[in-house]
Amino acid sequence: MYKYDQYDQQMVDTRVEEFRDQVRRRLSGELTEEQFRPLRLQNGLYLQLHAYMLRVAVPYGTLSSQQMRMLGDIADKYDRGYGHFTTRQNIQYNWIKLEDTPDILADLATVEMHAIQTSGNCIRNISSDQYAGAAADEIIDPRPYAELLRQWSSFHPEFLTLPRKFKIAVIASETDRAAMKLHDIGIKMVRNDAGEIGAQFYVGGGMGRTPMIGPMIREFVPLDHLITYSEACLRVYNRYGRRDNKYKARIKILVHELGKEEYTRQVEEEFEHLLSQGIEPPIAELKRIMGFFQDPPFETGLSDDLDLSDPDFRLWVDRNCETHKTPGYIIATVSLKPVGGIPGDASADQIRLMADLGKEYSFDEMRVTHAQNIVFPHVKKADLYALWQKLDAAGLGTANLDTVGDIIACPGLDYCSLANARSIPVAQKISERFATQERQDALGEMKLKISGCINACGHHHAGHIGILGVDRKGVENYQLLLGGSEGADTSLGQITGPGFSEDGIVDAVEKVTEVYLREKEGEERFLDTYRRLGMAPFKEALYG
Amino acid sequence: MVDVQFRFRDDEVVTDPAVTVDAFAEQTNATAVRIEPGDDARELLPQLDRIALVEVNFPAWTDGRGYSSARVLREAGYTGEIRAVGDVVIDMLSHLKRCGFDAFAPEHPLNPDDAQAAFDRWDNVYQATADGRRPIWALRHES
Repeated sequence: MYKYDQYDQQMVDTRVEEFRDQVRRRLSGELTEEQFRPLRLQNGLYLQLHAYMLRVAVPYGTLSSQQMRMLGDIADKYDRGYGHFTTRQNIQYNWIKLEDTPDILADLATVEMHAIQTSGNCIRNISSDQYAGAAADEIIDPRPYAELLRQWSSFHPEFLTLPRKFKIAVIASETDRAAMKLHDIGIKMVRNDAGEIGAQFYVGGGMGRTPMIGPMIREFVPLDHLITYSEACLRVYNRYGRRDNKYKARIKILVHELGKEEYTRQVEEEFEHLLSQGIEPPIAELKRIMGFFQDPPFETGLSDDLDLSDPDFRLWVDRNCETHKTPGYIIATVSLKPVGGIPGDASADQIRLMADLGKEYSFDEMRVTHAQNIVFPHVKKADLYALWQKLDAAGLGTANLDTVGDIIACPGLDYCSLANARSIPVAQKISERFATQERQDALGEMKLKISGCINACGHHHAGHIGILGVDRKGVENYQLLLGGSEGADTSLGQITGPGFSEDGIVDAVEKVTEVYLREKEGEERFLDTYRRLGMAPFKEALYG
Repeated sequence: MVDVQFRFRDDEVVTDPAVTVDAFAEQTNATAVRIEPGDDARELLPQLDRIALVEVNFPAWTDGRGYSSARVLREAGYTGEIRAVGDVVIDMLSHLKRCGFDAFAPEHPLNPDDAQAAFDRWDNVYQATADGRRPIWALRHES
């Protein structure tokens, strides 16, 4: 994985000092809270309902053991002994003191980590495929391009006060595991007819109040124009993005209002101009970065056999493991969704255990997924049983990836000052309702996603079943959505009708699953049955 | 007129009142123009020869359109003064300078020590912009 050189290290160290100075000016009263707010947000520091929350960047979700260990230590030293992995492949701490924050950042900097641009109206941490570098179906590892973009977007002086936040994802597989088309810019690395690698640009996707699937604006951007083209996309947005209404300020609204053709025309015009400005790093820089993403020293000639005689292990392998590109290896996902647990939460001890196991069993590398789980990307099949036993002993052996138990949920009104309703208790109740193996098996692949407000941090639009918490006259109420998907077949969920109470929404989820079980044909997933039948039978069951 | 508090130029300070972008094309003797956030700096490009001062107004520092305006002018070869006016705060200074601003007239004068620290903050930078600094990627591949 990527390693800082003296320049990268100097940048994060300087940022720590800058933020220390900003905190000093805030504490001395030189800055008002209003003035300080955008500054702290650009460093991932939110003021939540009970305390400050710090969001630490995990660029493209990749972590070393040393970094993971530090995340556990920070949870103990500065928080209440746990951390929360997020849908942006980051980690958040919910009980932070303002005056501790510069020291936390200094601790992070010792392991090449930071909280730069994890919030605020700027280019956010860049996300990617959690199986990058390991997936059997990728054409190339997308992370070097994400790293090139990370450096370009870090403290980019023109784009630190954009109309609104800006999220970029980079993938390089046909299977989209990063919800790429639901980003402000989604980049898919592709190979053209001449066999060259380039970047396909999708611009103006997003969730939130106005969910949209980003249209493709360019089929192929050559690698030596990647930064220049990105800069053109951003400049047109900075120039024309709306600033009169924060709910209409995302680039998706601009692309929608201008029309894809006109937005594209302007980007191309700006791109032509910028080509003469010498802003593109040389290919040698991309090659330097690629050098850090070479395969680990995989052994050859390994057996693909697995002893599956332990039924619990077998289930976990079936559910949580994925084909690796190298014979004898496998991709294993640790579910942070135990029955009745808080999705994405891990204790400091669990985080440190994963750090140790990642070092021992996965070439010192782990990934955070946007579904709030942890991936061990390169596990030797011969070691898998031992790994699973150690995980299971620590409460990390839950076998429910992509099932009804693998719920994505935002922190909701338990923590978040933007939320209208709680997400966590709903996730816990649904997880308990569907806890049995039989029920999980019967429902098969199921993506259930819960957001506590319209900002959609819990990706409810992209859930096969989505739940949106709203505030109805001071009472928490939950809308149900069906038919969303984030994969190559991206679609947005449709609201079923009037919302439900907290217990009512759990019953409603059960009712729609009953319709599925009754109506499913062959190997259909819930999503397939919904797409075939449409809303009517589900609506009938809910409200009829 | 608010005083210029920081200036990185050796020439005389331009004191002409700045006209709006809309008026500038008509006012053929004007040498100073003021860009508001909604203005398109590219409209000035045919007339750069007669401009000695461009003021870029930041009614709120969190509205970043002025950064693009300054860069567009520098990319087109404009060498006159670009002055940031309005709600200019400490934490913008180094970024403004990178985008081509070389004079700063904050509505509320800034603490000079904090401002100096902000200007000096970044020894190196990741991007090539209007300030001509060699970005980190260029330093890495120097032969």
